[in-house]
Parts: sequence; structure tokens; C-alpha cells
Amino acid sequence: MTTRFETTFAKGPALVCFITGGDGDTAANLDALVAGGADVIELGMPFTDPMADGPVIQQANLRALAKGVRTADIFRIAADFRQRHPTVPLVLMGYANPMTIRGPEWFAQECAAAGVDGVICVDIPAEEDATLGPALREQGVSLIRLATPTTDTARLPAVLAGSSGFLYYVSVAGVTGKQQAAQGSIEDAVARLKAASNVPVAVGFGVRTPEQAAAIAKVADGVVVGSALVELVAKHGEDAPAALQAYTAQLSQAVHAAR
Amino acid sequence: MTVQTPVNSLRSQPDETGHFGQFGGRYVAETLMPLILDLEAEYRRAQEDPAFHAEMDDLLKTFVGRPTPLYPAPRLTEHFRKLAPEGKGPKIYLKREDLNHTGAHKINNCVGQILLAMRMGKTKIIAETGAGQHGVATATVAARFGLPCTIFMGAKDVERQKPNVFRMKLLGAEVLPVTSGAETLKDAMNEALRHWVANVHDTFYIIGTAAGPHPYPELVRDFQSVIGIETKAQMLEVEGRLPDMVVACVGGGSNAIGMFHPFLDDPEVAMVGIEAAGYGVETGKHAASLTGGRPGILHGNKTYLLQDEDGQITEAHSISAGLDYPGLGPEHSWLHENGRVKYVPITDDQAMEAFQLCCALEGIIPALETAHALAALPELTAQMDADKLLVINLSGRGDKDIFTVADALGFDL
Repeated sequence: MTTRFETTFAKGPALVCFITGGDGDTAANLDALVAGGADVIELGMPFTDPMADGPVIQQANLRALAKGVRTADIFRIAADFRQRHPTVPLVLMGYANPMTIRGPEWFAQECAAAGVDGVICVDIPAEEDATLGPALREQGVSLIRLATPTTDTARLPAVLAGSSGFLYYVSVAGVTGKQQAAQGSIEDAVARLKAASNVPVAVGFGVRTPEQAAAIAKVADGVVVGSALVELVAKHGEDAPAALQAYTAQLSQAVHAAR
Repeated sequence: MTVQTPVNSLRSQPDETGHFGQFGGRYVAETLMPLILDLEAEYRRAQEDPAFHAEMDDLLKTFVGRPTPLYPAPRLTEHFRKLAPEGKGPKIYLKREDLNHTGAHKINNCVGQILLAMRMGKTKIIAETGAGQHGVATATVAARFGLPCTIFMGAKDVERQKPNVFRMKLLGAEVLPVTSGAETLKDAMNEALRHWVANVHDTFYIIGTAAGPHPYPELVRDFQSVIGIETKAQMLEVEGRLPDMVVACVGGGSNAIGMFHPFLDDPEVAMVGIEAAGYGVETGKHAASLTGGRPGILHGNKTYLLQDEDGQITEAHSISAGLDYPGLGPEHSWLHENGRVKYVPITDDQAMEAFQLCCALEGIIPALETAHALAALPELTAQMDADKLLVINLSGRGDKDIFTVADALGFDL
């Protein structure tokens, strides 16, 4: 069976858009991302202690939690999205504790039932795969691993083992939404990752502008934009969909031009 | 003959992947993973290196002031014998970690970790702190070895621990107030981890308690085990036998694991860890992770945490800033589940009472953290025969707490 990831990445470089679930009118915001040309959606699961995130996404997490957003709400948002958008790959991104607190099997089943294609867990490295990986694979949900500038060639096979969907290259050693990586270092890293793996490689962390996105799309299979979009949600509140769609259109044009 | 740890030993944890049973582990972002592996490899080399141990021992002796005394506390002993039923009331000893340089056990670990930092060629030091004790101890060793040091501290704690903030600055450290979350220890740790991820190439993170990703819980325990090792030798020297019970307060749990670990395979030694119950576990405003929490994953390890049903971490409360954290070290979670150590909650009010009792009866101002351990004495001593021996780990001195205590007692300083 061909997965949504395979169908999507087969078209050429993909735009992967992240927003935090429950921050603003998430359903309307997700629709706006798709209307603007997003190819893959990453939906952030709010957590009280988002250690890998910079201030922008930290604040989005806290806004969502302050509104009383629960894990059940995130799965409802995901399931409704799947109804409206049957072909767009949907990824949940978040931290280990909310994903495993009811047991990894529960989480994996909920993902499968909601039509979630993949999961990115920031604080479960390959060494702790048993905590979540087997349950996801059992349900046919892709475990998307992160590779970073500190992931050396010797370590890469362990990172890739058991992962599928795509590989997320974190282009800077740091938190989300802060500094950006030099284009040269991204090109070298992506070449190294693609040589070692047959899953698509998407590049994220610090990617904000259509210009950056266009440059990365020339070498990678996907470009991930998060904090820049979450900023729009924070700035425009209930009016965010229009702003998100306009900005996503610029980004997707830049990424798809490399096709 | 080589001394081998018996197969059924309680002292052989963690396993080679850093787990204490289901607890512990390495739940960190991929960026940190290679560094964590490097740290473990360097620690294994240091363990085998006599020069490392020699330097550590020398610093503990000449810089920290070890060994610390094991002090028989005659008036506390007498006081609780009077309160106890006939024939009850053990002899109480205090292990005087408050007499260490910087006033608490924290420095034992900082000396060990800064030696590891230098072995790894790291040139910058970071640490998190709550009350400021670990921050001061880290700033102290950083000054001693001439490394620049940044301390992450919740903005609320910066406000309520001004003397320690100034001490850190005097010692040359930069103190960064953390304004995310509730602005306390948990948030300081998040921010230290964020900084570390962005600076892994040259920065060593001196974690202050026996928690975090493997190998931190193990190496912090090992560096703090000097407490229990000394206590064991001192007790054998003065009493000719091991104590019947050892008691220590548990925030993250580094002083407690340092006291407990050397005794884990001595079944005749009972162990009690004291958690901070704040206003009372039933009020929900407490820091008793074992009594009022359940297993989860935070800050690099799986352990008991205060959290809601969705796994969102809830705020801890304790009058003692050093215990004001919603989790604890993974080895304590393991020792709790296997029953080797009994963990008991003590409220703010009970700790305040014990704080004053220790001042008045022994001429020792204990840290508020330590006062929690002392506050378990009424219940524990009432059940123990008069010929038994009980050791309290007096983990730190209370000079830092006089403002909090004055406030609680209604004094205007």
C-alpha cells in the first residue's frame, strides 16, 4: 500500500507546516495552511515543559494549555482534519510524557484511529525506542526520527532504524525558531543523510522565509516551517487563517518551484 | 581476590542502558545524545583512573573540608526519649554535611563534575539552581578552576534568594533569571537544557541532583556516596556496628542517595527518605512526587512526577526552595517500588517546627530542606528501641533560609 507520505514526497520537494494544536482556531488555521499549499501538516501537542522549543512555540504551548486544551482535543482536531483532508499527511509532534502517560499502545491506537500518519517525539532518541516505537509500528504509524548536526555517520544507522515516513533534519544545534543554519552546512548534511537512507529528508529549525525555503528545497525533499507560522497565529488571533494562507502560499511557491 | 558485587545486589544499578528497573534512561533530544554518550565514556575512563580519584580525594579534603563529622546529638536524643514510650528513643547522630565548604552536600558533586568537564576539554560551565545552593557550589568550583559559569535560575527564585544570587555573582558567575513557566527550578532546568542544546560543543552542564539523563543519576550518586561511605566507617569506629536507620530529605534526592547507596546491601539498616508535603499532600500544594505523583518522563529520565492525567507537569510547592520540584531522581523511584527505602511526606509546618527545635537544642541552624528530615524524628523515634542508632543526614546549613523562616514566624528583619 502506498502511504500518504510516499504519494506526497513523490511529487518533489514538499512544504511541511507546523502549528501548535489548540492555539487559536486550529481547524481553520490548518485549512488555511492546506489552502496556501502546505503538503504535510505537523500538529504540535502542547506540553508544559517544551525543552526543545524557543520562546515562540513555548508561548503557543502555554496559550493552548491555559485555554484548557487536552490530549483528547488534539486527537479530535486530528480526526476532523483527516475527514476534511483525506490525502494530506498529518504528523503529531510533541514530547514523551503526554504521548506515553496512558501507555504507548493507547497513544498509537488513538493516532491510527484519528488518521495520523506519523509521530515526532522530541525527547525519545533511538536509545529509548522501546518506549514508543514498537507500539507505533504495530499500528502502522510512522515514527519520524530527528537527525542533528551532532548526529555523526557512525550513529546514523541507529537513528534510522525503525523510522519511516521521512527523516527530519534539525539544521541547527539549538531550539526551534532561533538562529538559522548556513546553506552550505545544510547541503552537506542532507547529502550525507540521503546517502545513508532511502526515506525523504526534510529540513527544519530556523527556516522562516520563502528565500530560505527555496534554497533548501533545491537539495532536500522537504522544508519545515514552524515558528514563523506560530508567530502569525499569536499576532492575528482569530484572524490568523488569512495571514497563514497568504504566507504559506509564498512558502509553497518557493518550495514547489524546485520541483 | 577481586571484590565483586553480588548478583542480587541493590547496588548494581543502573543497567548498561542507564535504567533503574523501568526508571531512568536517556530521554533527551538527539542533539544531546552524542554528548551524553561521550560523558558516559569519559566517566568510565575516570572511574578506572587513579589520578582522577587522587585529585578528587585531595580536593574533598583540602578544598571542601572532608571528612565531615558524625555528631552524636545528645539533646535531640534526650528530647525524643522523653517523648517516646518507655524504653524507646534511639541514639541520634547527625552527619554534618552543613560543615562542608559552601554549607551543604552540593559541593561534593560539583567537584567531581568539574573534573569531568576538564577531562572532556569543555571550557564553559552551566547549571540550574532553585534555592541557589547548587548555583553557589557550581560557581565556587568554576572560580576554583577558572572556567566561565552561567547559572539559570527562575526569576521568582532570583527574587526570593537574593543573598545566594549575590554570592554567585561575587564568585564570578553570570546569573540568568528565567521568566518562562512558573519561574522556578523546573523552568530553570528547561532553560539550561535549551542553552546546552545550542552550545554542546564547548559547554558542560553540571546537573545538581541525582536526576536527568543517564549517566547523571549514576555519577551524581557516586560523587555523593562519600556521605554514606564516611558515615559507615565513622559509625563502625564509634559504635562498632552499623546504624539501624538512616534518614535523609529528598528533593531531587542527591544527599539521600549519597547516604543510602553504600548501605543498600546491609539489610539491617532501615532507610527513610523524606518528601516535602508543602501544605499537605491532600491539598494538592506539595512536592511529594512519590506519595502524590506517578511515573512519567521529564528532564531526561523516567521517574515519579507530579502531573495530571494528560501527562502535563503540575507545579510543586514547598517552603523549601530546594525541594520545590515536581520530580525526583530515578533511583529513588526504583527504591520506592522495590520497597528498600520507605518514603514519608512532611509538611511545611512540621519542617518549621523541627527547624526551630534543632536550633534550640543542638545549636545548629539546619537548612529548611534538612529540617524536613528532622521533622520525621517524633514518629520514627517513638517506634525504635533506646539501644538503636539513627543517623540523620544534616545535608545543609540554614543561613540561607533565615529570611523565609523569619517571614513564616512573623518577624520583620
